[in-house]
Amino acid sequence: MSSGAGALHTPKQVADRRAHGPHVSMFARMLLRAAVLRRRRAASALLAMIVAAAVATAMMNLYVDVQAKLRTEFRNYGANVVIVGKDGQSLPADALAKVESVLGPKTLAVPFSYAVARAHNGQSVVVVGTDFTRARQLNHWWKVSHWPDAPSEALVGMRAAAVVSSQASPNRQPFELTFQGKALQLLPAGMLQTGAGEDSRIYLDQFEFQNWTGVAPSTIEVAANGTAAEVETSIRQLAALLPAADIRPVRQIMEGEANVLNKTRATLYASATLVVLTSALCVLATLIGWVFDRRRDFAIMKALGASERLVNGFFAAEAAALGVVGAILGFFIGIGVAAWIGRVNFHAPVVPRFGVFPYVLAGSVAVALISAILPIELLRRVQPAIILRGE
Amino acid sequence: MFPRIVYESFRRQARRKLLAGIAITLGVAVATAMIAVATDIGDKINRELRSYGANLVVTPQEDTLDVEVGGVNLKPPSDGAFLNEADLPKIRGTFWHHNIVGFSPMLPVTVKINSSQLSAVSSQDVALVGTYFNKSLSFGKEEFSTGVLITHPWWKVSCGDDKESPSCTWPADDSRKVLLGERLAAKLGKKPGDTIEISGRRLTISGILSTGAAEDDQIVAPLSLAQEILGKPGAVRRVYVSALTKPQDALAVRDPKTMTPEVYDRWYCSPYVQSIAYQLQEVIPHSHAEQIRQVAQNEGTVLSRIKGLMLLVTLAALFASALAVSAAMATAIFERRVEVGLMKALGAGNLVVSAIFFAEALLLALGGGMVGFSAGAWLARQIGRSIFNSQISIEPVLFPIIMTIAVFVTFAGSAAAIRRAVKFDPVFALRGEG
Repeated sequence: MSSGAGALHTPKQVADRRAHGPHVSMFARMLLRAAVLRRRRAASALLAMIVAAAVATAMMNLYVDVQAKLRTEFRNYGANVVIVGKDGQSLPADALAKVESVLGPKTLAVPFSYAVARAHNGQSVVVVGTDFTRARQLNHWWKVSHWPDAPSEALVGMRAAAVVSSQASPNRQPFELTFQGKALQLLPAGMLQTGAGEDSRIYLDQFEFQNWTGVAPSTIEVAANGTAAEVETSIRQLAALLPAADIRPVRQIMEGEANVLNKTRATLYASATLVVLTSALCVLATLIGWVFDRRRDFAIMKALGASERLVNGFFAAEAAALGVVGAILGFFIGIGVAAWIGRVNFHAPVVPRFGVFPYVLAGSVAVALISAILPIELLRRVQPAIILRGE
Repeated sequence: MFPRIVYESFRRQARRKLLAGIAITLGVAVATAMIAVATDIGDKINRELRSYGANLVVTPQEDTLDVEVGGVNLKPPSDGAFLNEADLPKIRGTFWHHNIVGFSPMLPVTVKINSSQLSAVSSQDVALVGTYFNKSLSFGKEEFSTGVLITHPWWKVSCGDDKESPSCTWPADDSRKVLLGERLAAKLGKKPGDTIEISGRRLTISGILSTGAAEDDQIVAPLSLAQEILGKPGAVRRVYVSALTKPQDALAVRDPKTMTPEVYDRWYCSPYVQSIAYQLQEVIPHSHAEQIRQVAQNEGTVLSRIKGLMLLVTLAALFASALAVSAAMATAIFERRVEVGLMKALGAGNLVVSAIFFAEALLLALGGGMVGFSAGAWLARQIGRSIFNSQISIEPVLFPIIMTIAVFVTFAGSAAAIRRAVKFDPVFALRGEG
């Protein structure tokens, strides 16, 4: 009961102030006073609401954004689409520009051209022309001691290094390669180690390579972003634009990615559902206690002649207000939590998704209403007199 | 008197106790399931990452350079060194053999195919690769099967034109049947069931292979057949090994030769890709094992990202369930102020009243915790079965941990409410003013 109402003001002063103050309807005043007078209980109910809404927001945000985050991680596996000239022929000169026009500037496309040259001892070795800056971005897993920075420098695969350098000290010793009688002096910039075919090759700058051999790029490796369907669309667009080329998805990369992504998404979905359900339960427990605790208010209202509709409306409005305020505050906290998780785990913030807000709001209000209506239903069957007598 | 109060409280207020008990049960169930999933997710995702294929390759030590452009090997076929097929089952004898999911030997051979369908040329050089499909082997008493079905899960066999049919299958490892790469098949106009003449042998095509890589232009045959064509029985050019590994850290990249014996033991007994490579070199004579960096380096990153994510989500779940339990307990105690007032009016001290509430909380926590633990174990099992098609096992050591957490959270959630209930003036409580 409002035991502290008259502590600082005499009843007359209060009546005076109310008479001169702005007109507030009885309904709104009851809502406001209920929140102010029992601020401790109201605060704990609101806190539960905020926490639940925050956790739900963070989970939904993560669930939507994590797929995009993981896709960027998966792009570290390298190209997922390969464009090769049909029957081993070179690609048209404008192929790279066309690829970039279709896929946008953010997509990585790296040209490769191949030729077989001879080392000083007559050993055949595969020489590859490429764009080092792009190759470096695409193939993060390449272990390179030093990337070439001058055009006459080459990147030498671990196993190729043993062949091209006759001396035991292969470091920075210039070596010579011949292609169809044309010799080329090269300086090894660094060693390349991948554990795959690249180890037995020598990589050159594309321009230098083409000057020497006259061979144009025959392969373009592309790291296409997006979902499987988006990559599929890109492949179709490329096929229409480059009829002379064969465009293939790299199944090893695409299927591995789909597999891991689906499993992770499903696990996250299950976890997020559990977390959201648990926080809804938390709100339910707190709010039921809160409403139940105010059975005396309920009884007094009814004793003073309030209709059933008014009483129900009062408690429902109170719950709804709590749900709305909790959802708004919780939403912003949740976005903060999601951003923090993104920064900690993926080193990139999770983009706030405001599209989640209606769901959080609707969920919060629904849970609040359910937790108000349940105890009211129980109390309705009890005579107000019994409640007021404290039984 | 004390036990009787507690007992009667449970008997007479069964409904309220049930509500608090349900909250604890659900909270503990969610916590158990999430902890179980989070501790097991690393292993599960590690297995899923194996769908990216082998992460290790074993080659002969004194191998010559590969001269390969566009999937066609220009190296003379008899050139270079080979591994011995008879050494391969020893891979199952390494320290981390439980972590080795599978391995596939490869033996590329350049063959001439004579085909009347080829209008322009009557014979053509094509690469034929010999491998295991799903070969049964034994090491000691242990029987196992391995091959490209395990290490290269993205290889698909069909009848061409995307139709799945039981008649187009993987060849048996002891058969004389081959798979034709899909682009080669299209070029030659062959379909499954046809025969193809390879180096003077008539072989049946058992299916069309699609891989999205160089094999689409090649012929894939059982290893024994490739050895026979090459005339080198028991020869293997390289072996792809698919192993479950631990993300690499500072210890992983150290050179084993410079380690002290204790550090070496720790390195050797950790499933790093480097230590597994080292162990493969030990069991296969004259071999060189190397990680395939594209697969091996990236899986560590992906794995740690997913594990980190699940850890944070699990923390959120634990937080939410702790809060739900606290809220339920606080509500349950707050409703009993009158009872507290009565007890205090009859002369009970604060300590006794708190003890009663804590005893009740303990009973609720133990009961709810036990039911919740079983429910959570069941939930984790369901998640494991529906998402990963394998069991998520619950470590027995988790039980005492979960029970401790349940009791602790219940106490923490009750503490504030109990303190307030005890401090409340009995006169007000009994008059029903609160």
